[in-house]
Amino acid sequence: MNKGFYQIISIAKREVKRILSRGLYTFCMVLAPVMAFLFFTTLMGEGLPAELPAGVVDEDNTATTREVIRNLDAFQQTNIIEHYPDFMSARKAMQQGKIYSFYYIPAGTTQLAISGKQPVVSFYTAASYLIPGSLAYRDMKMMSEYASGGVGRATLYARGYTEDQAMAVLQPIKMEMHAVNNPSLNYSVYLSNTILPGILMLLIMQVVIYSIYVEMKEETAQQWLAMADNDIVKALIGKLLPQIVTWTLMGLLCLFMLYGVWRFPLNNGIWPMLLDMFLLINASLALGVFFCGLVPSLRWALSLATLWGVLSFPISGFSFPHWAFPATLKGLAWLFPLRHYFLIYVDQALNGLPLHYSWLNIAIMLAFWALPIMLLGRLRKFLLEYHYTH
Amino acid sequence: MKWLRNIIEVWAYEMKCALFDEGVIVFFVIVPFLYPLLYAYLYNNESVREVAAVVVDNSHSQLSREFVRRVDATGDVDIVSYCQDMEEAKEMIHQREAYGLIYIPKDFAKDVAEHRQTTVELYSDMSGILYYKAVLSSCTEVSLEMNKEIKAQLIPGATEQQISAFQYPIEYQYVPMFNTQSGFCTFIIPAVLMMIIQQTMVLGVGMMAGEEREKVRKHIAEPHIIGKNPSEILLGKSTVIFTIYVIVAVYLVCIVPMLFNLIHIWRWQTLLAFMVPFITACVFFSISISSIAHDRESFIIMFVFLSIPLLFASGISWPSSNIPIFWKGFSWLFPSTFGVNGYVRITEMGATLEDVQYEFNALWIQTFVYGAISYLVYKRTYGKQLWA
Repeated sequence: MNKGFYQIISIAKREVKRILSRGLYTFCMVLAPVMAFLFFTTLMGEGLPAELPAGVVDEDNTATTREVIRNLDAFQQTNIIEHYPDFMSARKAMQQGKIYSFYYIPAGTTQLAISGKQPVVSFYTAASYLIPGSLAYRDMKMMSEYASGGVGRATLYARGYTEDQAMAVLQPIKMEMHAVNNPSLNYSVYLSNTILPGILMLLIMQVVIYSIYVEMKEETAQQWLAMADNDIVKALIGKLLPQIVTWTLMGLLCLFMLYGVWRFPLNNGIWPMLLDMFLLINASLALGVFFCGLVPSLRWALSLATLWGVLSFPISGFSFPHWAFPATLKGLAWLFPLRHYFLIYVDQALNGLPLHYSWLNIAIMLAFWALPIMLLGRLRKFLLEYHYTH
Repeated sequence: MKWLRNIIEVWAYEMKCALFDEGVIVFFVIVPFLYPLLYAYLYNNESVREVAAVVVDNSHSQLSREFVRRVDATGDVDIVSYCQDMEEAKEMIHQREAYGLIYIPKDFAKDVAEHRQTTVELYSDMSGILYYKAVLSSCTEVSLEMNKEIKAQLIPGATEQQISAFQYPIEYQYVPMFNTQSGFCTFIIPAVLMMIIQQTMVLGVGMMAGEEREKVRKHIAEPHIIGKNPSEILLGKSTVIFTIYVIVAVYLVCIVPMLFNLIHIWRWQTLLAFMVPFITACVFFSISISSIAHDRESFIIMFVFLSIPLLFASGISWPSSNIPIFWKGFSWLFPSTFGVNGYVRITEMGATLEDVQYEFNALWIQTFVYGAISYLVYKRTYGKQLWA
């Protein structure tokens, strides 16, 4: 026992030296995650993109239409950057990527409105850009309701209606939307909470595989295993120990950025998320070792990890909902740690549910270690007997 | 014509190297071929139809049931259950059986009958981006329609035209342009396709360069470069990658969109004229960046994770008008940023070359800058070997 402990420590020391000797490790274990964390949280630092460039085609050009345009410009998500003479030039500006939307008021609108002939105004959004497109839609629709309502209200007030009475006539049924737990519709809350851990997971799997199979490539694998009397468990613990420490620090940094600096919803306190992050790091390490045990080739193991890591993003369901996937992929999602991480995050941090709602996901995350354990014998054989091939 | 023969010699040798290297083939052929198929399969359920929602109807009136029936009939929301109370409804959301909640107050029908404004409350689960809009827009749509009918009863004897003019002195219409279905596949796939071109090229070229670096360390000289100058080697090699990627690009940017019925209203001349600088910019970018490849595999770890930030930096998701200037500058380093924007507008919005002038110019600038860097890299790498 005592001897085993010292063996592990000396392998860990050897690993620290190996890590420090190559810039690649520093880049992938520290710089890359830190850069990715900073990138996503600052990129979407506004939460909801404001002042999106929009255009106007005002063929009517009366005091009333100018007022409508001024009001539209005052909306938070819309910034009218240019007036276009006609529809085609506004469309052109959209094709050139200068604006995401434009509001079109045909000639004679004011005159028709006054005479009760119901003119039609229109608004156009570039739906290829999903987020700015739908935000522009929201503002322009609200503005149109408002413009119409304004004229309607004025008519009713003139007939002696009170405000309440007027509203009951104009809008008998009103909708009130509650965005529970993310009232500002912060996009970073939607995305960063899963993308950041996802990137960490991808890097962990890749670095674990690289650090194991680079020994085969450099023909030092036998020396490494010999330090543990050819006991693969001890050899792996020693090798992974310095990585576990580093990755845990990176995981803590990730949580600190999300919940300390940016103050994203954290309705059950930090502990469940610490657990979630710990489970994710563990599952990533386990998958890394598993892929090594699966194929005795640095490149193939890396390719598998890459496929798994990149697929994690769509399949975890934080952008496109999981239930809309084809049935096979829905089932396959169970095998992706990021899916479970996301579900635990939703229950614990976003919705603040009791921990027992997440028990199944927690159990599966722990079970990921069963995968490499099955293949440890194989991995030992690979390391001792196989040679590097590209 | 010695230089031409030299270039062709390098070309032939490098082409053989690339085609017979299983690792390189994975990145140059297999990933570009399979990845779009996988993505299109994932998102084949174009836009998110029918978000499951539950109802708490405290009004129990004919009017409230009518409201719910009409919401259910919209394309975006599927009413999966009536719940006794808010507790039961919330529990269903917690169990992920529903993602939206519609709460109709006790006085709903009474208020309407007595000409008071009444409020329906909507809740949406915030774990996904698309639920909120689905619930809000379909309920709003139904309420506008019902309001119009209620109004008809308020003003007896009025014609439909009068009621409508009263409710909407100014009528409006909304026209989503280009991605008219607001489909998720149409939104994400074109950007992913361009990203695949750049990223697989970087990985493949990085792998080849890493191999060379390993050989140099082991003092294994490559016979085909002897007697040639760096510009000939550079031209030979870059043409190899260019040749392979012309084929890859035809598949990715032309065949895949047609295969999956994505919107493609491009003019082929425009697309061709735009793809040339994109591929050349990618080629020289790959060669420049591959100078830091230490061994065959290191690029896989260093570059794969970057795909995700780069996808966001292109402005396809988070709008580019709102990307902080620092990250904007960062994004200009990569051909994908301009490639994605130009391609999306050419393919989905029918932009002409003149409309994507900015991206087009940027890609040519990148081609020349990275071309110059590539030349310097080759001069440094091979200079000593060649004249030693």
